[in-house]
Amino acid sequence: MGEELLRFEGVEKVFPGVRALGGVSFGVKGGEVHALLGENGAGKSTLLKILSGVYRPDGGRLLVQGQARRFGTTVEALAAGVAVIYQELHLVPQLSVAENLFLGHLPTAAGVIRRGELYARAAEQLRVVGETIPPGTPVGRLPIGQRQMIEIAKALTRGARVLAFDEPTSSLSAREIGKLFEVIRELRRQGAAILYVTHRMEEVFALCDSGTVLRDGRHVATYESLRGVTQEQIVKAMVGREIADVYGRREGRGAADGQEQLRPAALEAIGIEGKGLRAAADVRVGSGEIVGVFGLVGAGRSELLKLIYGGERKRAGRVKVDGQEVSISAPRGGIRAGIVLCPEDRKKEGIIPMGSVMENINLSARRRGAIGGVGIRPGWERQNAAQRVRELGVRTPTLRQQIRNLSGGNQQKVILGRWLSERVRVMLLDEPTRGIDVGAKSDIYNILYRLAESGVGVLFVSSDLPEVLGVADRVVVMREGRISGEFLRAEATPERVMAAALPVKEEAAVEGGSAV
Amino acid sequence: MTTSEPGNRAIWKGRAWDFMEQAGMLVVLAGLVIYCALSVEHFASWQNLGSVLLAVSTVGMVSCTMLFCLASGSFDLSVGTLLPCAGIVAGLVMGKLDTWGWFPRLAAGIGAGLGFGALVGFINGFVVAKCKINPLITTLATMQLVRGFGLVISNSTSVTAFDPHFTVLGLGAFPVVHAADGGLLFQMTVPVWVCLGCFLFFGLLLQWTTFGRDTLAVGGNEEAARLAGVPVDRVKIIIFTMQGVVTAIAGILLFARNQAVQQNSSQGFELQVIAACVLGGVSLTGGIGRMSFVIAGVFIMGVVENAMALKHVEDSYRYVVSGGILLAAVLFDRLKQRAS
Ligand SMILES: Nc1ncnc2c1ncn2[C@@H]1O[C@H](COP(=O)(O)OP(=O)(O)OP(=O)(O)O)[C@@H](O)[C@H]1O
Ligand SMILES: [Mg+2]
Repeated sequence: MGEELLRFEGVEKVFPGVRALGGVSFGVKGGEVHALLGENGAGKSTLLKILSGVYRPDGGRLLVQGQARRFGTTVEALAAGVAVIYQELHLVPQLSVAENLFLGHLPTAAGVIRRGELYARAAEQLRVVGETIPPGTPVGRLPIGQRQMIEIAKALTRGARVLAFDEPTSSLSAREIGKLFEVIRELRRQGAAILYVTHRMEEVFALCDSGTVLRDGRHVATYESLRGVTQEQIVKAMVGREIADVYGRREGRGAADGQEQLRPAALEAIGIEGKGLRAAADVRVGSGEIVGVFGLVGAGRSELLKLIYGGERKRAGRVKVDGQEVSISAPRGGIRAGIVLCPEDRKKEGIIPMGSVMENINLSARRRGAIGGVGIRPGWERQNAAQRVRELGVRTPTLRQQIRNLSGGNQQKVILGRWLSERVRVMLLDEPTRGIDVGAKSDIYNILYRLAESGVGVLFVSSDLPEVLGVADRVVVMREGRISGEFLRAEATPERVMAAALPVKEEAAVEGGSAV
Repeated sequence: MTTSEPGNRAIWKGRAWDFMEQAGMLVVLAGLVIYCALSVEHFASWQNLGSVLLAVSTVGMVSCTMLFCLASGSFDLSVGTLLPCAGIVAGLVMGKLDTWGWFPRLAAGIGAGLGFGALVGFINGFVVAKCKINPLITTLATMQLVRGFGLVISNSTSVTAFDPHFTVLGLGAFPVVHAADGGLLFQMTVPVWVCLGCFLFFGLLLQWTTFGRDTLAVGGNEEAARLAGVPVDRVKIIIFTMQGVVTAIAGILLFARNQAVQQNSSQGFELQVIAACVLGGVSLTGGIGRMSFVIAGVFIMGVVENAMALKHVEDSYRYVVSGGILLAAVLFDRLKQRAS
C-alpha cells in the first residue's frame, strides 16, 4: 500500500442548529478503498462536500498528498487531483459523452473544437472504465450506470488521484454494480486513494480495505483493516446499539402463513391496465398483511403502484378498499379512499424541498385539520407535526428546518409521517429504504409492522431481495410489465423468486412469434 | 449537543441570514424612506404620502395575484394588455346601455369588464394546467390576443366615461384632510383602499388557507404536490382566474380615475408588476413568496420613482435607475441562495 494521499484533521462543520461534523480525523492511503460509514445524517455527504470544495470547514484541516488544502470550488479540488462522484450526477444531458468528458478543456485549434482528436481521446478514456459507448452519444440517452462510468472517466481525465463516491450503487442494477466494482478495484491497483460511502454492508466487505464510522458528526471508529471485523461490530458502532436482526421478524408471523388469503382484503385491485404494464394485473392485500413486490428495474412495479393509487391514469381495472369499490382518477381520490403512496424518488416525487418539515408533514392532512377545510389552524399543524416527528424519531433541529437539509432516512420518515397523519387503509411504498441506513431501515420496518398490526394492508416494492424475503408475508414477482409469480413466505426462496423475476428468453421468443 | 466557539458563530451567521430572508426587503424599504425623508425636499409630507399610495395602487393590486402566480411556479404576461382592455369592455358596455338607469348600466359594464378578465384568466389557467403549455408562451399569446381584441372593439381610439356614478370609483376619497389654507393635504381614494384590501386579503389567503399552502407546494415541487393529493390543475386555474379578475378590477378603477382608457396605454405594466414581486424577494422559480415581500417590492419601486419625480429626474434616466435596482435585487437574491 502506498503513502497517505488524503487526511482529515479535526474537521468541523456547523449548519444552523446542527453540528454536522464535530472533529473528524482519519487518513486514506494510495491503493486503498476506505469505507465511510454511518447512519443517515451522520455527516458523510457533508465530509465529501468539504473534500470537493462545496462547503468550507468551520474548523480543522484537510491534507491532500501531505499538503494542507482549502478548496473554494470543485474546480480547485479537481485541479488538486480530488474528485467526488455524487449520487446526482453532474453531466450535461444534451452534450455528447466526449464533450462532457473534456468540458472546460476541449482540444481546440484556433478556437475550433478538433472533433477527431476529441473523440479519439474520449474513446481512450472510456476504455479505462471499460465502456465502449460511441463518444458522440448524447449523455441524456444513457442509462444511469453508464452515466456514472462517464463521471468517473471525467474525473480520471483530470488526473484525479483521490476519488470519493457517495452511495454510487443505490440506483444501479446488479450488473452495473459489478462493473463499477471492477473499475474501482482497477483504480486501487493504480494507486488511487478511494473513499467509499455506502449503506450496504455486503459492499463494505466485498470492496473495502479499511473504514471509518461516523455517528452524529462525531468520529466513532477507524478500522485500519476490515479483516476480522464483523458486520455486527460495525453496525453497533454506527447505530450505538445492537441490531440483532434488521428485519426484526414479528412474533408468530411464520405460523400465519397460508392463512393470509383468509383475511378480509384491505385492497383488491382487479384487472389493472395502463402505461408500463403489458398485461392486466390483479393484486390482493389482506388487512394486516405485508406484501412485497419484487422484480428487476423496469418490470413495471412503480407503474403498478401509481395506477392503483391514481398517480397515473388507468386504462382499465377496478379498485376495492375493504370490499368497497372506489373510483380513483387522481391521487386525492386514492387518499380519500384510504390508499396512500410513498413514491420511489424522494427528491423528485416526495418532498417539497424548500418547505419545512412541518409543511411537508401537513401537506395532505391539513385539509382535515383546517377550519371548514380551508382555514389553516397553526396549532393543529404544529401539534400534528410534532407528534409524527416524535413517533417516527425524525432527527431535525426544529420543525421549521427545510426538509432538503435532512438526511435521506429522515426525509423518508417525514413522508411516512405525512401519511400517518391521514386515515390509512392501504399503504403503498416504492423502494422505501433506498439510500437508508440500517438503523433507520429497522425503524421503518417496525413502522410497517405496527401499521399491519393495526389492520392496514401494506404493499411495498423493493429491489432488495433479502429485504423482500425478510419483511413480506407474501411476495409478488413482476417481470417485463406483468405479474410472473406469487409466493407465500414459506415458499419464497431466493432461487424461486429470482427465477420468476429474470427475463426468460424462450418465452420472449414465443411471444414475439405470436405477435406476428 | 456541545458547542464551541466557531460553531456558535456559524449558528449566529445562519440566524442573521434567516432574518434577512424573512424581513430583508422591508428593512431596505425603511432605510430608503428614511434616506429620502432626509435628503429629498417635499418627500416627507402628507401630500406626498397620498400621491405615493395612489401611484402604487394599480401595480399593488395586480402584484398580489402575481405573487400567487410566481409562487406556484408560473408567470403571467397578459396583465399588461388586459388592464386597459377590461376598462374598454366596461366602458363600451356602459356606453351601449345609455337608455338604462345608472345602476343597472354600471353593474352591467363593470360585470362585463370583470367577466372578461375572469375569462382571459381562466383560458390562461386552463391552457397552462390542462394542456401543459409553458405559461410564458401561453400568456404571451393571450397578451397579444387581448391587445388585438381591445384595439378592434375600441377602433384604436380612446374610450371615455364621465358619469359621476362611475368616476367616483376612481376619484372618491375617504378620509379627505384639508390644510389650514384650504388646499388638499391628504386623501385616500378608492383605488388605494382596494389595493390595501388586496394586500390584506391575498396575504391572508396565502398564509392562512389550504389554498395558499397548496400554491407554495405546487411551486416548490409540482410532482410531489400532485402525488401528495394537492389538486394541482385546479390550483393553477384558480390562480390565473384570480389574476384576471384582479387585473380587471385594477383596470376599471384606473379607467374611472382617468375617465378615459386606450388599449395602448400601460405599456410594460406586466414587467413593472413582476419586477416589484422579484424585487421584494418572490422567487421566480416558485415555492417562495410572502405578501410582505410584495408590499416591500411595490413600495420600494414606488418610493424610488416618487423621489426621482420630486427631484425632476428626466424620464429616460428613471428607466436606467429602476432597471438597475431590479438587477441589484436579483443579484442579492442569488447571493442569498449561495449563502444558504
Ligand atoms: N445545507 C444544510 N443546512 C443545514 N443542515 C444540513 C445541511 N446539509 C446537511 N445538514 C445536516 O447535517 C447533518 C449531516 O448530513 P449529511 O447529509 O452529511 O448526512 P449523511 O451522513 O450523508 O446522511 P445520508 O446517509 O442520509 O446521506 C444532517 O443532520 C443534516 O440534516
Ligand atoms: Mg449522504
